[in-house]
Amino acid sequence: MKRDSFTVSITVGAYGIAFGAAAIADHFTILQACLLSLLLFSGASQFAVVGVLGAGGSAASAIATSTLLGSRNALYGLRLAPILNHKGWRRAVGAQVTIDESTGVALSQDTNKSMKQGFWYTGIGVFIFWNFFTLLGALGAKAIGNPSAWGLDAAVPAAFLGMLWPRLKGRDTWAVAAASVVLSLTLVPFVPAGVPIISCAVIAILLGWKS
Amino acid sequence: MTPQWIALIGASVFAYALKYLGSAIPQSWLAHPRIQKINSLIPISLLSALVIVQGVTEKTKYVIDQRAAGVAFAIMALIAKAPFPVVVVGAAITSAVVYRFK
Repeated sequence: MKRDSFTVSITVGAYGIAFGAAAIADHFTILQACLLSLLLFSGASQFAVVGVLGAGGSAASAIATSTLLGSRNALYGLRLAPILNHKGWRRAVGAQVTIDESTGVALSQDTNKSMKQGFWYTGIGVFIFWNFFTLLGALGAKAIGNPSAWGLDAAVPAAFLGMLWPRLKGRDTWAVAAASVVLSLTLVPFVPAGVPIISCAVIAILLGWKS
Repeated sequence: MTPQWIALIGASVFAYALKYLGSAIPQSWLAHPRIQKINSLIPISLLSALVIVQGVTEKTKYVIDQRAAGVAFAIMALIAKAPFPVVVVGAAITSAVVYRFK
């Protein structure tokens, strides 16, 4: 289990390089890139913040997109609460590291004790590596200059695609994805940047409500 | 305060509130199957929109450039079940090459 936690921590954490670089490419400072990894600490939400602002969207649509993407963390917390049974400062710290990976490793364990350990080892491990590699990526991107020449402008949508792919299982999910592509592309010429993305939440709500 | 700082602080506060909320509220509140279903679909809708909007638009215009080539590579790599770093690095290399020779 400790080995699982470590492997997950380092592979996911290393991906912080891409975030650090993307943040710089989207005109965030090194300090802001690092603070996003420390304080926001949720990969998809972080990429959304820099991506939406980088594409010319407003702070409000960046916050809204990030927050909707982070709503799944609330359900993780809910699922984990009876297992972790945290109070006080443990609950406060545990909340910050309640993410895809810590939840995933915790829920794949058999005993209550190893679930708790899996959550903490993975949560803290990803936190450390993710923040370290964010700084590395941000410093690297600052050093290399023009992000387009290094393909960083394509790395961000590719990263979103990589996060999306494992979630595409079954007809519902493909329908939501296809409808979101069509809706966002249709809205692009007519509304401010960032709004086409957040608008697609409606599709998820409608389809989720109906089924 | 720049939009970057506003977004950074606002997004961080809401993200932490959501994470904390999950561990603090009664189990029954979010257990409804509809809420669960919507919650699993929201990342799919937003990530799909982010991929396409970041891949082929700029502000309020459609722009097909090196990024689309990178995304096309990423799709093929994912179909071929390539691991995550290969998908992202390969997309970046594809995009960089197209940018260099366009």
